[in-house]
Amino acid sequence: MNAPNSFRTGPDDNGHFGLFGGRFVAETLMPLILDLETAYNEAKADPAYKAEMDAGLKHYVGRPSPLYYAERLTEYLRAGAAPGMGAKIYFKREELNHTGSHKVNNVLGQILLARRMGKKRIIAETGAGQHGVATATLCARYGLECVVYMGAVDVARQAPNVFRMKMLGASVVPVQSGSKTLKDAMNEALRDWVTNVSDTFYCIGTVAGPHPYPAMVRDFQSIIGTETREQMLEMEGRLPDSLIACIGGGSNAMGLFHPFLDDPSVQIFGVEAAGHGIPSGQHAASLTGGRPGVLHGNRTYLLMDGDGQIAEAHSISAGLDYPGIGPEHSWLHDTGRATYISATDDEALAAFQLVAKLEGIIPALEPAHALAKVADLAPTLPEDHLMVVNLSGRGDKDIPQVADILGTSL
Amino acid sequence: MSTRIETRFRACAAEGRAALVTFVTAGDPDFDTSLALLKALPAAGADIIEFGVPFTDPMADGPAIQAAGLRALAAGQTLAKTLAMVKTFRAGDDTTPVVLMGYYNPVYVYGVERFLADAKAAGVDGLVVVDLPPEEDNELCLPALAAGLDFIRLATPTTDDKRLPAVLKHTAGFVYYVSITGITGMAQADPTAVGTAVTRIKRHTALPVAVGFGVKTPESAAAIAANADGVVVGSALIDALRATLDSEDRATPATLPAVTDLVSRLAEAVRGVRRQAAE
Repeated sequence: MNAPNSFRTGPDDNGHFGLFGGRFVAETLMPLILDLETAYNEAKADPAYKAEMDAGLKHYVGRPSPLYYAERLTEYLRAGAAPGMGAKIYFKREELNHTGSHKVNNVLGQILLARRMGKKRIIAETGAGQHGVATATLCARYGLECVVYMGAVDVARQAPNVFRMKMLGASVVPVQSGSKTLKDAMNEALRDWVTNVSDTFYCIGTVAGPHPYPAMVRDFQSIIGTETREQMLEMEGRLPDSLIACIGGGSNAMGLFHPFLDDPSVQIFGVEAAGHGIPSGQHAASLTGGRPGVLHGNRTYLLMDGDGQIAEAHSISAGLDYPGIGPEHSWLHDTGRATYISATDDEALAAFQLVAKLEGIIPALEPAHALAKVADLAPTLPEDHLMVVNLSGRGDKDIPQVADILGTSL
Repeated sequence: MSTRIETRFRACAAEGRAALVTFVTAGDPDFDTSLALLKALPAAGADIIEFGVPFTDPMADGPAIQAAGLRALAAGQTLAKTLAMVKTFRAGDDTTPVVLMGYYNPVYVYGVERFLADAKAAGVDGLVVVDLPPEEDNELCLPALAAGLDFIRLATPTTDDKRLPAVLKHTAGFVYYVSITGITGMAQADPTAVGTAVTRIKRHTALPVAVGFGVKTPESAAAIAANADGVVVGSALIDALRATLDSEDRATPATLPAVTDLVSRLAEAVRGVRRQAAE
């Protein structure tokens, strides 16, 4: 595929990023997503909406999040590298946001939009529960009804977040259909939306779904990359040399990457969840192990069988356990602008523990996948290479699950 | 030359009644039972057959049709087998229209051109693909029309007069009016609201309008049949089928008769209602 002049102008008017994206939804939902697109375009052009966003991000979310030089991790990896090698590693501290992850950036934008549209009832899907918690939080803040769909398997492995959502006043609906994980939660949320069309706003948690969601969620998350750019210029006087982030649907990664897509000197790495390993077939790496298909309103790379039936993803991380990926990532993959690699459950678990001990930061299992690949890549790069990893969430929610895996009873 | 769908709607209209459109999922609960059911539907009173193409993630379907698709997939159903079933059916019945209904991904993965050629050759008359709105007409709708297959579009309560022309533009065969906002097999359609909606749609098109998504019983089928050119019943048939399965979801001797009996009662109800004089 030929490289376009800019990687930042997509999608086109029909929501396509090259082959990917689009609006593959039932007719009942089409008028709703057209209304949403109109409302979002109006909001984007309204200074009052931007002012409300900026104030919320600063005073409620706690932005800007720090860009932090991870000195001990850098030194540790240099100790195992050849002389002069070992990249300088920075963490973008999205785990310090209110609610503990990057998810709140997007939810704030969508909830303020829902308020403009006069919608009183908010629905959301969630995997690890981070998007569900962020949605429940903003609904509490603005007095909106909140219903969160969560796969029954995820309800069991992310118990702390389920309790948090309930404390915040949300209803959590365990989804028993299909594989009982994130994809099924999204199916069930779509079924709710198609049933409750008049009063309900669907707050999608990642850069997937029908147009305009992939572009809208990316816009809300791009604050991550925009801040990183300013902070790195201030701290190092130049742009970073590489960016790295974990990918389930891909919103934290897209948020970091997008402001840098037209800077060719910046290498971009997305890290998918390899589960038990790609050859095992038990993974969630849609780009590495999937093919283009159509699911949840968009065309993108999917894990599926030869008959077009969607496969069950597997990852230690509930937030990455999804058989698809945002369509813009599929396009960046096919154009070659970004490089997509993968980390296994075991690698993520090792990085989780390493970063806790070296930096005093317990990452979520999701960004632990990105950290695992930092540990592989950094020693192969020179000492003056500036690498930014998106620390997209904190690991408090994962403590019971990790304790269980490590054989510790709490 | 008239298509099978045109001929069948015209014949029903000549009898002064609505057509009964029955939905069953291909391969549910297994290939042989499903094929026997397909063959038995016309004699039981089905005027048009909607044959569901199983999909793992049917976003517009309620629990009954979700489970039917998963049963079929567990029994090894594929799109190729579904087309083979239609071909076998067509060898013994050259008049009953067969419409495949499902989601886009299995067709996309099969390959659009290859699928259209194979479906046409098998004797498929039309397609209902839930997740292909007019905005995605280039994907399958326009190629299907070019291949001589009707692309039957869903119109819904959220499709207002402004949007209807876009929805109807490339619709062929008939219009499928989704009588509720929601998924299959859940809410009950309101016959009065449906009558108003059908009248509204008919102001925009000469095509027959069939109504589905909220029709559960012979009584509700009769109520809808008074105001529509066709009545679609799906989840109720799937429920009748499921109730006869053994504890491991296998067919029993009661399976086939349970579905055909309900189809007969639905047909009787629909045939008992004289349509109002054509508007």
